[in-house]
Amino acid sequence: MPQLHVDIVSAEGHIHSGAAEMVFAPAEMGEVGIAPRHAPLLTRLKPGTLRVKTPDGQELPFFVSGGILEVQPYLVTVLADAALHGKDADEAAALKAKQEAEEKLAGAKTQVDIAKAQAAIVEAAARLEFVRKLNAPSHH
Amino acid sequence: MAGAKEIRTKIKSVKNTQKITRAMEKVAMSKMRKAQDRMAAARPYAERLRRTLGHLAQANLEYKHPFMVEREVKRVAFLIVSTDRGLCGGLNMNVFRATIRAIREWQAKGIEAELVLVGNKAISFFRRVGGKVLASATQLGDRPQLEQLMGIVKVLSDAYRDGQVDRVFVVANQFVNTMTQRADVVQLLPVQPSDSEGLLEHWDYLYEPDAVELLDTVLARYTESQIYQAVIENAASEQSARMVAMKAASDNAGKIINQLQLQYNKARQANITKELAEIVGGAAAV
Repeated sequence: MPQLHVDIVSAEGHIHSGAAEMVFAPAEMGEVGIAPRHAPLLTRLKPGTLRVKTPDGQELPFFVSGGILEVQPYLVTVLADAALHGKDADEAAALKAKQEAEEKLAGAKTQVDIAKAQAAIVEAAARLEFVRKLNAPSHH
Repeated sequence: MAGAKEIRTKIKSVKNTQKITRAMEKVAMSKMRKAQDRMAAARPYAERLRRTLGHLAQANLEYKHPFMVEREVKRVAFLIVSTDRGLCGGLNMNVFRATIRAIREWQAKGIEAELVLVGNKAISFFRRVGGKVLASATQLGDRPQLEQLMGIVKVLSDAYRDGQVDRVFVVANQFVNTMTQRADVVQLLPVQPSDSEGLLEHWDYLYEPDAVELLDTVLARYTESQIYQAVIENAASEQSARMVAMKAASDNAGKIINQLQLQYNKARQANITKELAEIVGGAAAV
């Protein structure tokens, strides 16, 4: 069974690298699932959860705040603006980031400020949702 | 004993200087570690992005982005990365020398260079030497942030896109290790295709949403990350160069203190001998 090699990096550092059977990513036009021998693809990511299904059946969750996804037949590269490994997720920090973004929107005056603050809220909300989903007790 | 007193004051002042250089050495050492960590953290992103771009350069793209197209060179731009503060050995001079050499080479072909400067040292140097400065950024501190560089990134990208310059180079110190930093001139734009990895021959990417927008994003990220990488690498080089320079200064101060101490002891001994001889001479005369 052919495998993919996944590299997830963010501007702040290396996040994850390893083999995968399948990768699910929040592309701008909707979620994409990438299996080995996928056609070369280049797309932007929106804030959301990226999942890596490893050959031993595990599913590793990552949060990405947006970025670029490059797919080669056996290679997936995620160039995230900021990314978070599931095990490093912190609900309090995510909540705080969302509140800060909301405060910023309330204080924003110019069009540019408002647009920036809105983007920050979208990102923070996605991050919070990611953390909550992760921490929620699973029912299976 | 006039000589001895002067020597003593001299020793004191050299010791004070040594204290300062020691302290600066220690500060630079701890800052260097942090700067190196930051540099290492940013490296994977820059490398993966370069690899993606290498793929892009090999692909049969339906749309050629201006950042990837070679054109006839009429003007060039240099981004020169220096430090804000001195006392770091020959670090900045090496960058300036490499820049001047590169500029001369272009001038020999009748091509003028425009400058974008990072750091106070570059600004004061090129004010003396002369040159057309497009933009500059200073006071980046010990932890340069990408936002602080967005201004010069935009100036450079716009200048290139508008055809004001046809090639962009970055001159900065590359951090080899703590003892070695190398001033390098690296071409930023247009992007040069990297090594081939034997990919399929005729292929293009699927783009979502569309090629123009995506390549714009990728190449903007690429320029940002390359410039950011150059700046933080220079910051790490600055700290290690300062540490080495301050260590040499402390060692030198130690040597001078030893020499002065020897001189002082000799002067003191000569004085005692002289006094003794006077007493003996006086006693003999009685």
